[in-house]
Amino acid sequence: MRNANAAVIFDHVSKAFGTKKVLRDVSFEVPAGQTLCILGRSGTGKSVTLKLLMSLIKPDNGKILVDGDDITGLNEAGLSRVRRKMGFLFQDAALFDSLTLYDNLALPLRRLTQKSQDEIEAIIDRVLGQVSLSMDRMKMPSELSGGMRKRAGLARALVLEPKILLADEPSSGLDRITASEIDQLLLEQKAEHGTTILVVTHDVHGARRVGDRFAVFDKGDLIAFGTAAEVEQSEHETARRLISEE
Amino acid sequence: MFDWIEFVGDVTLFGFRVIVDCFRPPFEGGQLLRQLAEIGSKSLPLVIASGFALGTVMTLHTRSTLVTLGAAATIPTVQALAFFVELGPLVAGLLLAGRVGSGIGAVLANMRATEQIDGIESLSIDAFKFLVVPRVVACVLVLPLLTIFMDFSGLLGGYLSEWAASRMSFVLYITRAFANLEWSNFIAPTLKTAVFGFIIGTISSYLGYTTNEGAQGVGRAATRSVVLSSLLIILADVILVKIIFFAFPENAL
Repeated sequence: MRNANAAVIFDHVSKAFGTKKVLRDVSFEVPAGQTLCILGRSGTGKSVTLKLLMSLIKPDNGKILVDGDDITGLNEAGLSRVRRKMGFLFQDAALFDSLTLYDNLALPLRRLTQKSQDEIEAIIDRVLGQVSLSMDRMKMPSELSGGMRKRAGLARALVLEPKILLADEPSSGLDRITASEIDQLLLEQKAEHGTTILVVTHDVHGARRVGDRFAVFDKGDLIAFGTAAEVEQSEHETARRLISEE
Repeated sequence: MFDWIEFVGDVTLFGFRVIVDCFRPPFEGGQLLRQLAEIGSKSLPLVIASGFALGTVMTLHTRSTLVTLGAAATIPTVQALAFFVELGPLVAGLLLAGRVGSGIGAVLANMRATEQIDGIESLSIDAFKFLVVPRVVACVLVLPLLTIFMDFSGLLGGYLSEWAASRMSFVLYITRAFANLEWSNFIAPTLKTAVFGFIIGTISSYLGYTTNEGAQGVGRAATRSVVLSSLLIILADVILVKIIFFAFPENAL
């Protein structure tokens, strides 16, 4: 049954690449303002789920609703409108390596909004301040460390003030302290702006800190979905092991 | 065989999409200027140096034969005709295929592998219009200009070689060089390089933009861009020369 308050709905979604099925008949909902953490072993369809949501790839079957819009049937103009509601933090940040950090953030603001240069400056200052990169605004992406790149990627994902934030392994390759800082930024984003967040992660400790609900994937199947306590009671051993902090 | 037919079809559709998107707003003026600088001004030293060297060598090779035949006076004419009609356009095209084709293929493949293209799409920006169209348009605009530089640097190299051998004056050399040169010997061959530019831009963008081989695909896209662009330029040249002869029959005589 569909929740009218759901920001994201996956409705019997399947996806295959060639003969390899990466998602099989997956259905779940994420209520607005909540954080869903997607867990699972490598290659089980977690990142594909986020890319389907951003419509970077198309599902073979099923419907995907974002803020009430079925994105599977939208043309480019419709997709563009829906994408503006979302921000995407890619696994390796995916900053444009030919642009400075400042220009990386300014690009969507210049292209997609009518804001003046002063307003753009103010937004970039605020967002870079949030991720503690104010002093690095003129650096090229290649000059940033791994943790800084993640934070820069998060800044770019937040610069258009998205209603839905997608984060693909935001803490991978980071030390515990830096990963914790990223988690804190996600928590602040949800608390201050009511942003719906979907996080793909292998970091169970961080997931339990930021997540309201958890989806566990195994070989393309959604084997468990619910709160941490519910997933801990799952009939699937893989789900119970993945949610366990031990 | 079927893969090749599919490849040709995909590249053709890709090229059509570039042409259609050229005339569809928003226009990527800033990106185009950046690519003109990247592709044009940074290729200029290579083109001038190559043209100069080729002009010098060509005169060294042809001079002895023409002097033996008693046709020393035609050396500037031969040099000018060779460069303006064929050598300049073709060599400029092949040089650009090497320098720019590999660059475009590698850059776009790297952007695909590092999810930068997905990043652009996720920001509601049309990645094709933003990345591909300016590169192809820049190649189309820049190649005729670089060809002119190639032609004149070749002529200059030829003159210096001739001056070293016979102390011919610059005015006499230029007068003889252009004496038998028609506008059609210059305009049509120079403009045909716009087609070479389209081939380089489209092939290398296609190979980079559509790769799905990760980091391994970057090197492969660069190599294939150069090989395919160069081959297609030479094949297209044959067809374009025939078309020029058809449009300007006096050139064929």
